[in-house]
Amino acid sequence: MEFFRETNIDWLGKKWYFLGFSLIFSVAGLLSILFWHHIPLGVDFKGGTQIRVAFTQQPNEDHIRHAMDAAGIHQATIQRISDPSGQAANKVIIGLPEAADTAHDTGRQRVESALAENYHDSGFTIEQVEIVGPTAGKQLQRQAEWATLYSLIGMLVYLWFRFELIYGVAAVVAVFHDTLITVGAFSLTNQDITLTVIAAILTLIGYSMNDTIVVFDRIRENLGVSRREPLHDLVNRSINQTLSRTVISSGLTFLTVLSLYLFGGEVLHGFSFALVIGILIGTYSSIAVAAPMLVAYQEWRAKRGKTVALPAAKKRAQT
Amino acid sequence: MGNKNIAGKTAFIIGVLLVFCFGIFGIPRGGLVESIKRNINLGLDLKGGSHLVLQVHVAEAVGSETDRAVAELEQDFQKANISGVTVGKRDLAHPEVISVTGVPQNHLADARQVLEGNDYQNYDLTSAPDGSYTLTMKPAAIKDLETRTLNTSIETIRARIDKLGVTEPEIQQYGLGANEILVELPGVTSLDRIEDVIQSTAKLSIHEVAGGPFNSEQDAMTANPGGIPMDDMLVHGVGEEGAPDQFWLLKRASVVEGTDFRDARPSQDENGRPDINFTLTTDAGDRFWKYTSAHSKNSSSPGSMAILLDNQVKEVAAIDSAIRDSGIIQGGFTQQQANDLSLMLRTGALPASISYLDTRTVGPSLGAASIHSGVVAAIGGMLAVMIFMLIYYKGAGINADLALILNLVILLGFMGFSNATLTLPGIAGVILTIGMGVDSNVLIFERIREELRAGKSAAIAVQQGFAFAWTTIFDTHVTTIVSAAILFLFGSGPVKGFATTLVFGLLANLFTAVYVSRVIFDAHLAGKERGATLSI
Repeated sequence: MEFFRETNIDWLGKKWYFLGFSLIFSVAGLLSILFWHHIPLGVDFKGGTQIRVAFTQQPNEDHIRHAMDAAGIHQATIQRISDPSGQAANKVIIGLPEAADTAHDTGRQRVESALAENYHDSGFTIEQVEIVGPTAGKQLQRQAEWATLYSLIGMLVYLWFRFELIYGVAAVVAVFHDTLITVGAFSLTNQDITLTVIAAILTLIGYSMNDTIVVFDRIRENLGVSRREPLHDLVNRSINQTLSRTVISSGLTFLTVLSLYLFGGEVLHGFSFALVIGILIGTYSSIAVAAPMLVAYQEWRAKRGKTVALPAAKKRAQT
Repeated sequence: MGNKNIAGKTAFIIGVLLVFCFGIFGIPRGGLVESIKRNINLGLDLKGGSHLVLQVHVAEAVGSETDRAVAELEQDFQKANISGVTVGKRDLAHPEVISVTGVPQNHLADARQVLEGNDYQNYDLTSAPDGSYTLTMKPAAIKDLETRTLNTSIETIRARIDKLGVTEPEIQQYGLGANEILVELPGVTSLDRIEDVIQSTAKLSIHEVAGGPFNSEQDAMTANPGGIPMDDMLVHGVGEEGAPDQFWLLKRASVVEGTDFRDARPSQDENGRPDINFTLTTDAGDRFWKYTSAHSKNSSSPGSMAILLDNQVKEVAAIDSAIRDSGIIQGGFTQQQANDLSLMLRTGALPASISYLDTRTVGPSLGAASIHSGVVAAIGGMLAVMIFMLIYYKGAGINADLALILNLVILLGFMGFSNATLTLPGIAGVILTIGMGVDSNVLIFERIREELRAGKSAAIAVQQGFAFAWTTIFDTHVTTIVSAAILFLFGSGPVKGFATTLVFGLLANLFTAVYVSRVIFDAHLAGKERGATLSI
C-alpha cells in the first residue's frame, strides 16, 4: 500500500496562504494572551490550593458553593470535571486562590471541614490535594522558563554544528511559532497550564524539531547532489520526497496522542490536548514555516548582492 | 553479510532482550504482575501518597547560636570581674552580629582576652577606640551551622516518620542549596496527621522569665517604657481552654533546648490529666542543675521558668528546687497531643522551624484510575500503530512491530535496572517513544521504497535505505535527547519523570529501529538469490 508516490506539489508557491494561516492563529493566540485570558497558569505555577473531591452522587455545584460560602470561604472556585469523552464524572475541583507560605494548610482544612459538615450523609472522598506556596510556584515557573530557553539554545547550537546557522535559526523560529500557537490555544480555551502541560510543550518542541530536521536533512542531501537547481525547486522537491514519511509518521504519532487524549483520563487531559495540537502544528510548520525561511534567506542575500548559493551544508554523518 | 554473522547478531539481540526482561521481572517470584510491581518504581501519582516540600528556616539556628554566645559572654565577663559591659545583638536583621559596649578603659585588655577566648573562635572580632567590640560569626561558620541545621532537620523528620510506621518513605535534601527537604510518603494520604507530626516543629525550649504576665502587648509596652530589652523577647502564651491569653517577657537565650532532651514519655498527673515526663542529656542536666539551683525559691535570685513550644508559652512554673535531669511538662494537652509531643521530643526537636512550600496528595483510587487509563491508552495506541504498519508495509511491518515491542521491553527494563520512577507523565513519555520509534521505521522503509523505485536490488536498497535514513534518525534523536537532558537537569517532579522515560526510550529506539530492524532484513535476504524481492 502507498499513499503518496512522486507527488509534485508547489509548497513554496503557497507561502502566502501559509503566512496568512500562521498569522491568524498566532495573532489570535497572542491577543488572548495579552488581553483576554492571558496565560492561564495552574496551581503548580500560580500557587494556591486545589482539592479534587469525588462524591458518591452527582454533586450540585450550587450546593457546594453555598456550603463554602457558609463556612466563610468566599474565593473558592468550583469546577466540575468531565472526561474528554464528555462523560460527566461525580468529581469536582475546588480551588482556593492562595496558599501563604506560613499558614500553608488552613485553606484545605477549612474546605474539608465544610465538606464534612455538608456531605456527611452522601459521602465524598478527597482524591487529590495540591497546595503550592507562592514561593514554590514562582520557582517552578522560573525553572520551566529556563528549561525551555535552554533546550531551544541547545537545539540551535546542535543544528548550527550539524548544518548551518540559518538552518538552526529557521528551525527555532518554526518551533517558536508552534509554541506560541499552542500556548495561545490554551489561553483561548482558558485551560490551565500545569507542569505536565509544560512537559507536553517541550515534547512538541522536540517533535516539531524532528520533523523539520527530516526535511532539512533531505535539502542538505539534495544540495550536495545537484548544485545547479534553483533552491526554490530543490526545497519543493525535498518536501515532496519526504511527504510520505511526514504524513505517515505524523499520522501515527497523532493516533497515539489521540488515544491518550480520548482514553488517558482527565488527569492527562491538558497534557494530551497540548500534544494533539502540537503534532498538527509541528508537522505543518516544518513544511510551511521552516523550509520557506531557508529560501527567503537566500533570496534576501541575493538581493543584497551576496553569493547566491545557500551556505554549503556540512557533511552528512557516516554510517 | 554471511549467515554466521547474522546468527551472532541474533544471539546478541536475544541476549539483550533477556537482560532487559530480567530488569522488568527480576527473579521470577509470585505472579507476573507482582514481579513487575516489585521491579518498576511507580511514582506517587500512580500509587497514591503524599509529597511534601519543606523549607527549613536555617537562619533561625544562627540566631539561637548567637543568643547562646551572648549569655555565655555575660557570664564570662562576670567571671572576669568586668562590670558595666552590655552584650547584645545589634539588630534582629543581623542575627550573626553581637555587639559589646561599655567596657571600662582599665579593663580593655581583660575584655579582649575574654573575646579572643576559645569559645568565640567562630567569630571575627573588630574593635572601636571607645571600648566597644563587635563579634561577627564567620561566613564559613554560618554555612557550616546552616548545613548542620538542615541535616539535623532531615534526620529528625526521618526519625519521626519512621516512628509513624510509614513504609519506604523518602526524605532527602531538595533543590540546590535551597534548604529544602523533600518528603515522599507512599500510601499516606492523611495530611492532617503527617503535618501535625512534621510541622509541629516541637521547637521546645525552657527560658527564664524576665517579666509578666501581661494581658496584652500594649500592657507589656507600657510596663517597659524604654522598649523591650534587646536580649529579651515578648512571647504569646495560650492558657488552658477558656483562660485569657497572656504575654510573657522572657530571656532570649534558652536554658535548655529541644536537642537537650534525651527522653520523653506521656504520663498523667494526679488528676488524670495527660502530661509529659522528660529526661535531659547529662550535659544539659548539668546546665539545668546550675540554673535551677541559682534561681530556686531559696536562692539569692528566685525566679520562674517558661516552657516554650513552637514559640508559644505552654507553661510557666516557679522554680521550687534545683532539678538535674528530669521534669514534667503540663500544658492542658489532650492524650493525642501528649503522645505526639513526646514522640517529637524523643526523636529530637527540629533545630529550626520549617514551612511548607508545596504539598501534593494523591488518593490511591485516583492513582489506580490513572494507571489504568494510561496503560489502556498506551496499549490502544500501540496496537493501532502496529496494525497500521502491518497493513501499510506488509512484511516489513513485522520488522517494525518486533522493533516496537523490543523497544518497550528495553525501556521498561532500563527503568527497572536504574530504579527510575515511572510517573504519569512517564507513561506519556512511553507513548511518545512509540511514536518516535515508528517514525524511525517509517523513515527507513520510505527510503528503501525510494531506492527500490530507482531500480536498485533488494539488498542494495536495504543497505542504502538504512544508510540514508541513519543521518536523519541520528540528528532527530540527538536533538530530542539534548532537550530531554536539559529537561532532566532543570526540571523537577513530573517533568523529570517524563524526561527520564523519553531519554531511555530514544536510546532504546536507536538500537531497535536501526540495529534490530536491519538484522531482521539481512536475515530475511541472507539465504535468498540476488533477485530476491522485499515485502515492503
